[in-house]
Amino acid sequence: MKPAAVSLVDLGFSYPGESGVCFSHLSLDIQAGERFGLFGPNGAGKTTLMNCMTGLLPDYTGSVKLAGLEVRNNKNVRSLFGLVPQDFSFYQELSPAENLAFFGAWSGLTRQQVKKKTTDLLEVLGLTDVRNKPVMQFSGGMKRRVNLAIAVLHEPQVLFLDEPTVGVDVQTRHAIITYLKWLNGQGTTLIYTSHQLQEAEDLCDTVALIDNGRIIAHERLAQLLSEHREEGLEGLFLNLTGKSYRDADV
Amino acid sequence: MYKLRATIIKDLLILTRDKVGLTLMFVMPIVLAIVITAIQNSTFELVNDNKVPLLVCNKDTGQAGRQLIAAIENVGMFQLKQITGDQTPAQIMARMNAKDALVAVVVPASFSSETLTKATTIATRALNEFGLTADSGRNALSAPAPILLYYHPVLQASFRSSINGALLSALQLVQSKQIVKSLYYSINQKDLPAGLEKDIIQNNPVIHEIAVSRDGNRSIPNSTQHNIPAWTIFAMFFVVISLGSSIVREKLNGSFVRLKTLPTSYLVALLSKQLTYLVVTLVQTAVIFSIGAWLFPLMGLPALNLPSDITGLFIVSLICGWCAVSYSICIGVFAQTQEQANGFGAVSIVLLAAIGGLLVPSFAMPASFKYLMKMSPLHWCLEAYYGLFLEGGTFSDTVMNIIPLVVITVLIQLLTLYGLKRKNLI
Repeated sequence: MKPAAVSLVDLGFSYPGESGVCFSHLSLDIQAGERFGLFGPNGAGKTTLMNCMTGLLPDYTGSVKLAGLEVRNNKNVRSLFGLVPQDFSFYQELSPAENLAFFGAWSGLTRQQVKKKTTDLLEVLGLTDVRNKPVMQFSGGMKRRVNLAIAVLHEPQVLFLDEPTVGVDVQTRHAIITYLKWLNGQGTTLIYTSHQLQEAEDLCDTVALIDNGRIIAHERLAQLLSEHREEGLEGLFLNLTGKSYRDADV
Repeated sequence: MYKLRATIIKDLLILTRDKVGLTLMFVMPIVLAIVITAIQNSTFELVNDNKVPLLVCNKDTGQAGRQLIAAIENVGMFQLKQITGDQTPAQIMARMNAKDALVAVVVPASFSSETLTKATTIATRALNEFGLTADSGRNALSAPAPILLYYHPVLQASFRSSINGALLSALQLVQSKQIVKSLYYSINQKDLPAGLEKDIIQNNPVIHEIAVSRDGNRSIPNSTQHNIPAWTIFAMFFVVISLGSSIVREKLNGSFVRLKTLPTSYLVALLSKQLTYLVVTLVQTAVIFSIGAWLFPLMGLPALNLPSDITGLFIVSLICGWCAVSYSICIGVFAQTQEQANGFGAVSIVLLAAIGGLLVPSFAMPASFKYLMKMSPLHWCLEAYYGLFLEGGTFSDTVMNIIPLVVITVLIQLLTLYGLKRKNLI
């Protein structure tokens, strides 16, 4: 049987020096080829959970496996996934081509592979004309596309997307979502989190709602909407998590 | 190897596009080297070629007072401006505040009579020892009225000391001459012949300065020879501003998050930074030494004489650069913000330079600081360079300075690895 793309078993995590527990005994399977959406209010633990899944927070208890391999401090896992963080994760002083050359090498690609993939990706994402210009001169939408290009350069099995379209115009959003669907069609598992619930409805086929460190729902999106008699993800979200503010303790 | 190559290219591209960082690393130390050398050189010329303006207020109407002034003039260090003996201290100070002169000397009215009394007493006592006179001359000498020396507060202590020394030697000369005259008169009942008096004053031995060097070259080191190595080390360690903040910037911006998720160790990034910035420090060295050797003479400053052991110079520069880069990386790894890296980096370099003997000569430091000095890597860098530039040594002569420098560098590297490990970066 093919292992799940990502498998969490009895996951527990708390930030050092903080009294509260982010998760305890959290279990979740994300199947290969899914377009999985992870949603929850502010502070619910979406980014923390994603950081555990990508090994950025290795001090968890329980198990996090990616394609059957334990994630914690395991360099072999790192070439299997790509990450599109919420913040721009590249060197603003460099051009898209220079960024891709560097991150491609660090992803384990050869020089020839980097060269070919760079040309293809910049073409697909509409960045060919600006391939040699410093990214710091780009608009927010162009920077989002560079952020995405770097994450998919090494053709990962699993792609983590943390609010990949925040602050972009309709055209860029459409282009990114279309590209992500195409990528999924090629076999890449998408693990996506965002507050753009309409966009999520368009992209995701399976969703999980997380609140206070617990998974409160995990189903195929259509089934979940039908079970809760909601027409859209936003209604479902408010139904399951309530309408009160979730301000962080300050 | 491809990963390292790609990382070095990335670092070089970012470095060459950081105009402020490049200015701090190259232009600032060059300007410092030129300015400090020019200032020190002009101080040297002020003392040696020009003369210090000296106000002389002679309240004494006797011969010894005039002789003292002549002796001061003969020292050759001063440009005398005689003022009338009736000037009050307030008037003298007013002239000095107007920068008429930086130093003023006031000869007391009793100077001639006191000098004569002292000379006669000493001569009589000396002759009595030989049984040539019945007078024992044992009358106690009363304390003479002091010679007053006014100085402007801008004068540094070392400069005041040399002025004091020059005045004391003039005073000594007048007193000695008076004693000889008294002795001569007591024995011969005649005045000292003019020719003999001239011989006493003029036929003094000449002092030849000989710089001790390992290669037998006895040329006296100039201000360039002292300054260029010191400011080159300063420049090397000032890469902390660019390198330290580049590491912090990388940690704080999103690129670091991505690096942590890629199948490559962050040690590759650190190795790349070490190699890239090591090249930067070597280029700094080459540029500053070239300016000292070829541009300084065109600016009227003394030229830098490069040591005979150029290979040794390269190795010393390489090790100094490695230490500077290691220190900068360590600051970058531990600093939480760019402000911390820049602030602590810059201040710590100035402190290490001060305790390391770059700002104040190590021989002039208090004993307690001499232990502290040995902990400054800049001290060992400077000692190694001075071994080559001032002492005319070869690399083998600098080994005892290079060993502690390498030990300090390795300790800094270990501290950096500990910091990376603690922060889950390796």
